[in-house]
Amino acid sequence: MLTIHCPNCGVTAEETEFHAHGEAHLKRFGPGSSEDDFESYLFMRKNPKGVHFERWHHRYGCGKWFHVARCTMTLEVFGSYTGQTSVPPQQIIDTIQDRRPDWVPAQDQA
Amino acid sequence: MKKYSVFAVAREAMRQHSGWDRAWRDAQPKAKYDVIIIGAGGHGLATAYYLGKNFGITNVAILEKGWLGGGNTGRNTTIIRSNYLQDPSAAIYEKSRSLYETMSQDLNYNVMFSPRGVIMLAQTEHEVRGYKRTAHANALQGVKTEFIDAQRVKELCPIMDIDGPRYPVLGGLWQARGGTARHDAVAWGYARACSDMGMDVIQRCEVTGIRQENGKVTGVTTNRGDIGCDKLGMVVAGHSGHLADMAGFRLPIESVALQALVSEPIKPCMDVVVMANTVHGYLSQSDKGEMVIGGGTDGYNNYTQRGSFHHIEETVRALIETFPMLSRLKMLRQWGGIVDVTGDRSPILSKTPVDGIFINCGWGTGGFKAIPGSGWAMAELMAKGRSPLTDAFGLERFTEGRFIDESVAAGVAH
Amino acid sequence: MSTRLATPGRLIDTSQPMSFSFNGKKLRGYRGDTLASALLANDQMLMGRSFKYHRPRGVVASGAEEPNALVNLGREGRFEPNQRVTTTELFDGLEATSQNHWPSLEFDVGAINARLSRFLPAGFYYKMFMYPRSFWKHVYEPIIRHSAGLGKAPKERDVDTYEHFHAFCDVLVVGGGVAGLQAALTAGKAGARVILLEQTDHWGGRAPVDGGVVDGASVDNFVDETLKALQSMDNVQLRLRTMGAGVYDHGYALGYERLTDHAPGSAGPRHRLWRIRAAQIITATGAIERPLSFAGNDIPGVMLASAVRDYVVNYGVSVGDRTVVVTNNDNAYLTAIALKNSGLSVPVILDARVLPDDRGLVAQAKALGIRVMMGHGVSSVKGGKRVTGVAICSQAGEGAVLEEIACDAVAMSGGWSPVVHLWSHCGGKLRWDTTHACFSPDVDNPPKGADGMGFVTPAGAASGMFALDDVLHDAHAAAEGVITCLDMKLPKEVTSPVAERREESPMAPVWMMPHGASAKLRAKSWLDYQNDVKVSDVRLAAQEGFVSVEHAKRYTTLGMATDQGKLSNINGLATLAGALDQDIPSVGTTTFRPPYHPISLGAIGGEARAEIFQPLRRTPLHDWHEANGAVFEPVGQWRRPYAFTRGSESTHDAVMREVTNTREKLGLLDASTLGKIIVKGPDAGKFLDMMYTNMMSTLKPGKCRYGLMCSENGFLIDDGVVARIDEDTWLCHTTTGGAERIHAHMEEWLQTEWWDWQVYVANVTEQYAQIAVVGPNARQALERLGGMDVSKEALGFMDWADGTLGGFNCRVYRISFSGELSYEIAVDASHGQAFWDALMAVGADLGAMPYGTECLHILRAEKGFIMIGDETDGTVIPQDLGLNWAISKKKDDFIGKRAQERSHMTDPNRWKLVGLETLDGSTLPDGAYAVGEGTNENGQRNMIGRVTSTYHSPTLGRGIAMGLVHNGPDRMGEVLSFPGTDGKTYEAKIVDPVFYDKEGEKQNV
Repeated sequence: MLTIHCPNCGVTAEETEFHAHGEAHLKRFGPGSSEDDFESYLFMRKNPKGVHFERWHHRYGCGKWFHVARCTMTLEVFGSYTGQTSVPPQQIIDTIQDRRPDWVPAQDQA
Repeated sequence: MKKYSVFAVAREAMRQHSGWDRAWRDAQPKAKYDVIIIGAGGHGLATAYYLGKNFGITNVAILEKGWLGGGNTGRNTTIIRSNYLQDPSAAIYEKSRSLYETMSQDLNYNVMFSPRGVIMLAQTEHEVRGYKRTAHANALQGVKTEFIDAQRVKELCPIMDIDGPRYPVLGGLWQARGGTARHDAVAWGYARACSDMGMDVIQRCEVTGIRQENGKVTGVTTNRGDIGCDKLGMVVAGHSGHLADMAGFRLPIESVALQALVSEPIKPCMDVVVMANTVHGYLSQSDKGEMVIGGGTDGYNNYTQRGSFHHIEETVRALIETFPMLSRLKMLRQWGGIVDVTGDRSPILSKTPVDGIFINCGWGTGGFKAIPGSGWAMAELMAKGRSPLTDAFGLERFTEGRFIDESVAAGVAH
Repeated sequence: MSTRLATPGRLIDTSQPMSFSFNGKKLRGYRGDTLASALLANDQMLMGRSFKYHRPRGVVASGAEEPNALVNLGREGRFEPNQRVTTTELFDGLEATSQNHWPSLEFDVGAINARLSRFLPAGFYYKMFMYPRSFWKHVYEPIIRHSAGLGKAPKERDVDTYEHFHAFCDVLVVGGGVAGLQAALTAGKAGARVILLEQTDHWGGRAPVDGGVVDGASVDNFVDETLKALQSMDNVQLRLRTMGAGVYDHGYALGYERLTDHAPGSAGPRHRLWRIRAAQIITATGAIERPLSFAGNDIPGVMLASAVRDYVVNYGVSVGDRTVVVTNNDNAYLTAIALKNSGLSVPVILDARVLPDDRGLVAQAKALGIRVMMGHGVSSVKGGKRVTGVAICSQAGEGAVLEEIACDAVAMSGGWSPVVHLWSHCGGKLRWDTTHACFSPDVDNPPKGADGMGFVTPAGAASGMFALDDVLHDAHAAAEGVITCLDMKLPKEVTSPVAERREESPMAPVWMMPHGASAKLRAKSWLDYQNDVKVSDVRLAAQEGFVSVEHAKRYTTLGMATDQGKLSNINGLATLAGALDQDIPSVGTTTFRPPYHPISLGAIGGEARAEIFQPLRRTPLHDWHEANGAVFEPVGQWRRPYAFTRGSESTHDAVMREVTNTREKLGLLDASTLGKIIVKGPDAGKFLDMMYTNMMSTLKPGKCRYGLMCSENGFLIDDGVVARIDEDTWLCHTTTGGAERIHAHMEEWLQTEWWDWQVYVANVTEQYAQIAVVGPNARQALERLGGMDVSKEALGFMDWADGTLGGFNCRVYRISFSGELSYEIAVDASHGQAFWDALMAVGADLGAMPYGTECLHILRAEKGFIMIGDETDGTVIPQDLGLNWAISKKKDDFIGKRAQERSHMTDPNRWKLVGLETLDGSTLPDGAYAVGEGTNENGQRNMIGRVTSTYHSPTLGRGIAMGLVHNGPDRMGEVLSFPGTDGKTYEAKIVDPVFYDKEGEKQNV
């Protein structure tokens, strides 16, 4: 039973108010893209054991989408941030590295 | 290997059971094997077993980072059925179900396959149509099922309230030869049989790297040293993405927690397995008498084998509607397992971008029932390079858009 | 015999006698009794039968850890199996029956299993019952099932109710013993919001039973004073009869409150599930005494030493006249002393230890004249349904009997195990404490919360502190630590109380008694009483290679009974470690899973039952439908009329009448459930061009267009009519099931992909009542209402207009899902019923009748219109349905476009939509498949198509169907075979899917 912070309306609330929607910061590939790129965009997932950036929706709250950085092994939450960015903000990266010095962001996460 | 039988038990009883051997040898890794299977769960062990039994390949090691059968094989609700809609699913699950019928005799290990019958409840008109469609498809696929009316459902499962105020039971898809089995015994039986064929079942052996040369697999690195192989099978539900990452490819997979619970045991009151998809719950009674309840998955990636309690609440609440007697039973234990969910929620049995590496994963919430069929098909794929049972389950289907979608309920009527 | 003593117990009130029954026998007890103490007071030691061997069983413990004494309780709608007598408070009229025997508790045929036990070792069932194959299901399994199980299944609907509470606090303290009370007091004084839970009906735990001096007064006094202090604090909430059931991620904890179990039938819910969010949790859950493993340790009358003490001190009940105490630690001496002080006989204390000197309790016992045999133990217990004596042996030997002593009870103590369940539920690690031979919380590895910091702190015995003074100090320190974590300050003057220390000799681990017990003795030494797992079983598991603790547990079923191994786990683990020649910590433990103690499924379900199980959505016309013969079907959380029956008319006949009437005269449909989504803003047109396969930006205000929506994966997910309201406003209709889903889909794309586009979307579905007025008489009816011009010229097909009809403000869409002249009219939801009434009134002589969803389906099928959920199932693309005309070729991109370019999507061999007509006019079965030649490689019949919708059309007087067929549109006129599940094969011809009014003239009038 997670507690999640919504950066839009500012509340920290029960997981039941929210809904998770998988890996964040996927780049959309549309018509004209290669088979590989399109397949990766739709299906291939990092599914990491450890630090994970993911999309959440404040479904029974303000209705806004946002991002959460979370550990899939401990369920520790490093922070929430706006949905309107294609990479995690530096502050989140810093927080994670503070707590997990060995962690390095993937190429598309920096 | 000493044959198990009532006579053997009686003989041993006379000497305080001092004569029983280990069920499987405590093997040390050799330098090289023809085939290494990573993952000594049901699927991995079954793959090894059929490699030996059907193809004579016995120079095989099965590596397990923990204890064998300790993943989802030992954490599921043990339901066995094959009433799937799509051809490829029906083929592999029916193969599997039919292998369960004779598994105890094949392995000389009582896995307690109990073909007590499975009902999938129809509680909306939409489900009625869906299950009638499945019944038609199953008839052509060689899977014996029938659509039964609400009264018949009640006869088969008297503790059910078919007039439930919100979702009355309208009928159901009945597979009389579906049922349950003892999950641990499946893993133990296969491990014993593999060991007996000379294969090495190696527990507490964690793979930490995949060795390759020129795009071809040559072995694995483990906490117990390097082990070479010509072919490698990855059969590690829940951790497939992690292993694929080691081998340098990605998978269309997310790992999530699936939860289940059991009640305290009670005297027999339910002789069938019931699945209620409208309310997302399934229920059966174990031979010990516990009501075994399975529910849904969390929506987020999770490797903790713990889920969120509200899913348990939802499942229990929903089942009480259809099974009011549950209300006065008590939850004894709840637990979680990590399941791989693919892009179309059907499994992957496939070659991979690395020559010699094969992968079997993505069974989601339905893996236990598939163990023997999956092992059978995977062994054929690894031995011969292709299997009619796995053709449709290749990784390439995600590029081609050729999905195997069993959740054919995209929308509801106008 | 067990009996009530003259000296009163701490917890009972002898002025309030109560009557109850056990197996029909009328018995008496007092307020404050548990069912266990009351049964013992009536000399009812035999309380149940074990699971596997049906051995006679008596109560062994005094709390939640009880594995043996489980009973059926109550009757009818309040019947409940598997109630522990130790946690059941006695009430007047209580009815209990024993379990798991036939025909009676005293004489149980199943006890034959015990005679055969040598043939039934751990895992015997894996090795036999395999032949002949069919016997498992028909012979062996039924026998095993009937022999297993415990209580009876409840038969009737539960008459009680349940509820959920949400609570929030800074500090949740679980356990109302002295540690919990002290921890709550310290935290409370620091100003933290505290919730303190205690599972029993009284405070203080077992300290008052064991005695002691705190700050110069009795421990009873300490409990009273602390409680008073806590009760006076506004920031502290105290709950009795509330068990901490589980700890989950991020500080979520479950409390399980039993409100009326002790007073059935009183007002209010029976159980309450507390869902608590705590910033910090203190587990002051105490410890549980371990049994000793000696032969015959399961015979009724062999009990935990602490339980024997509890019954004497708390309930004034002696479990026997002559009690032999057997122990490996000082603590059990308290029992001997308590018994002696109550005037009961303790013939001997068998202490497995060899101590250098006598001090503390040992000296005290000796001073009371109790015989103490150091270095000795029990070789075996004598007796059947009741202890009759013990055979004494040296602990060091193999069990040679030195002496036999007659007794009727044995009080055993193998040491204490901290209750670490709650600590462990969410990942807290354990360490092996060699001094006390137990696992205790490894405080350096606590469960971690959302911030990655520990959020659980153990206190008192639960953290491995057993002396009273240590317990109180530890509890105070735990609270202090927690307060610091919360950035709160403890006032300086708040300090820990001080208790007098007892002189104590160390305990000595004893995992087998005697140490070298023979195989024969090991086969009679129980580890898990309920599941009948013995020392020999665990050793057999090790011998057979089940060396992982999880394997051993599963192979032997050790710890899998209803007590979840509270008494057996450590002893079993030690036995396994011994068999493997390993130390205990390297063998490890099994995982602790919630709940700590079983909790009712009713409580988990909570209030939401029957009518309020899920919300029911009602359209503004719902009541009218209900009053006018509607047969409802659930559609999502709505209920929609399937048809409106009249008098004795069948549902089928009603549907046929509705179709004919609508085709010939006038039908009214409540279409309010259709999704209505406003999309507005400067970029709305651009956005809708991405959402729909069609071009929506070019739609003119005042016009409607049928649109298709796909997922990014290419599949058709919804359809509906889109109306352009003004320059930057569109109204999108969705399917009934689609309203929320499509609204969310739009928001997702807007917020996560095109967040710079200026578009708002709003779901206005419930703001309107929408009524379809359908049939040749539709226009006439509207004209009679008067108001806006609804002529063909003013409002052509696929036009919409705002105006008034009969004085109602309305928006009228000239769209048709039936092929008839049709208007869909939206009015404010609050005017829906009045508008409907007005339509029915003016339409009365025009043949106006309501129609339901099934009629709607037939009307659309006759016209070859697809239905999301029938023609689509998540695997169908618009191209399969001949809807290429609705896919814009002019757009570079829309959601799903790239996906539809993949090889399988453009494959010419896809199944495509056609009409199907049976040769004999019958109706094709729902969901039937068409077969081709031969079988595939997996032996399945080759299929070449399937029925997606099938109806009897009253308009055409025959069966009509739609289906998806391999190369279908190129095979017009071909006859396909559809094998039914009824044994018949249906022949159907491939035809155009539009069966009726192919030119579309009727809707255009």
